[in-house]
Amino acid sequence: MVFYHPPITLSLPNQRLINFNMSADQNTDLEFSSPYTPNTKNDRLSMLKAIGVNTVDDLFEDIPDSYLNPKLNIPDAISEMELVKEMENLANLNAVPGEYASFIGSGVYRHFIPSIVNRLALRSEFMTCYTPYQPEVSQGTLQAHFEFQSMICQLTGMDVANAGMYDASTALSEAVLMACRVTKRSSVNVMSSLSPKYQEVLKTFLDAPGIKIKSVKEEDINTDENDACLIVQQPNYLGYFENLSKLSEQIHNVGGLLIVVTDPISLGMYKPPADYGADIVVAEGQSLGISPSFGGPYVGLFACKQQYIRQMPGRIVGRTKDTNGQTGYVLTLQTREQHIRRDRATSNICTSVGLIALMATIYMISQGKQGLKHIANLCYQKAHYTASKLNEIDGYTVFTNKPFFREFVVSCPLPPNEINKRLLENKIIGGIDVSNYIKHGMLICVTETNSRDEIDLLIKSLSKIKTEK
Amino acid sequence: MIPTEFKYSEEHEWVSVQDDGEVIVGITDFAAGSLGDVVFVELPDSGSEVKQFAKFGEIESVKAVSDLFAPLSGTVVKRNNNLISQPELVNQDAYGDGWLITIAPADLQELDGLLSSTDYTKFTESEAH
Repeated sequence: MVFYHPPITLSLPNQRLINFNMSADQNTDLEFSSPYTPNTKNDRLSMLKAIGVNTVDDLFEDIPDSYLNPKLNIPDAISEMELVKEMENLANLNAVPGEYASFIGSGVYRHFIPSIVNRLALRSEFMTCYTPYQPEVSQGTLQAHFEFQSMICQLTGMDVANAGMYDASTALSEAVLMACRVTKRSSVNVMSSLSPKYQEVLKTFLDAPGIKIKSVKEEDINTDENDACLIVQQPNYLGYFENLSKLSEQIHNVGGLLIVVTDPISLGMYKPPADYGADIVVAEGQSLGISPSFGGPYVGLFACKQQYIRQMPGRIVGRTKDTNGQTGYVLTLQTREQHIRRDRATSNICTSVGLIALMATIYMISQGKQGLKHIANLCYQKAHYTASKLNEIDGYTVFTNKPFFREFVVSCPLPPNEINKRLLENKIIGGIDVSNYIKHGMLICVTETNSRDEIDLLIKSLSKIKTEK
Repeated sequence: MIPTEFKYSEEHEWVSVQDDGEVIVGITDFAAGSLGDVVFVELPDSGSEVKQFAKFGEIESVKAVSDLFAPLSGTVVKRNNNLISQPELVNQDAYGDGWLITIAPADLQELDGLLSSTDYTKFTESEAH
């Protein structure tokens, strides 16, 4: 048997340089086409002979010359060292939190990530995002998923949770499809305070099945017997808390389900959605130890009441005993998933976000119940400190009609985009522009990662912007 | 041996017409055997309408989830609630305690579109090959 070694040179202790490619086997004809193709010239010749062609190029003869390897309008090749330098230069154009004080949130949050999260999650044993399709071989992965599910249940107060969805928006869309299956209805109420991004994804998901979306406000909500569910984001897109008890009653009165889009960090100090009678709970899991990373990969959280488990999308890991009475983990209720049920599967979630779910699991374990409570409390205190200081500046009004957690809206004297340009000069990333909700409204987010100095710098900079005008 | 007085569908459901005109519906022993251990049965509420050869529920075994197709059109009168806690009745007694629903049929003429026990047996033999 011939083992292939890539042509790399290694320096071994007390040894001269060894080139593996040259010394791999001096007795056989080893001619590799590239360092990444593990077959020899003889291998290739026998394969070509078996399929009845003479050269590899013969396989491409049907493609017109003009389409085959056309000249690409790209710069010449550069060395890896030059490439790294170029990418560093590009990366340095970013305004990076840490170097900049960041007050941007709106669905993705910067929280401190303990080093144990990546130290453990990036171990090679775990380093895959794919669903194990012979899952029981991967007991460690399954156990991690089981722990993840258990913690999501504890956090949300729900009976069952799955092993993760792509992100909050897809988890929510699957929750709506599930509510329609459970109730056999096809109209959904969406609170207008739901994140506009999630609303966009919902529209995409619900268009083809013909599910009707009704946009509702707390004041004028009008549920009826055709409504499969009501979707409430808590806290909502602008950071404020909805009257969940009242909303829960309104949808349950007509036999619909309550879907709550929750914020896992907020659950460190607030009552879980289950206490309000939520039937399905979804959330963005990014804030649980996952870096914002320009938008992904994240993990969607999905939990529901026990009675709906057979309509729940995604993978569910169960704990059982094997024939010797030892504890083992299995993928359960797989008969409803696509690799068995094809076109009639409960959902079409395919690629797993297992690795990200593992990061969230390690984060939750490392923080514990007290840690999460502490983080939530820090966010709350710092956000409320920021809000009260902002409110003192002439021309800035913070909306405090409803309680908020770590995000709130401040109405500014200038359009937020202009303010943000000026803040960037002071190395501050300002909040999201929500002018379409509230005039000159800026959505400010404060987490435990924002130091007192950062907050005071924000206040100082904003008061200057006001006085300069 | 399968009951000779029943009628059968190619989707492996059986129908038994009662004296009061209602019909009992179940799946055949052949179907139950092919599915393996049944772990869950989802049945329509009484009062709901079913249509001949259209889906009316689901049956889940350790191997697969399959759709249940109504052998006759009509209104569901009763469903076998024992199957909630004992889905295995379908495997143990497919033609008796493992029944699924009873229907008030809309049109008994539809029975003509079903198979006799002899034809069903032939059908399963040909399907098995």
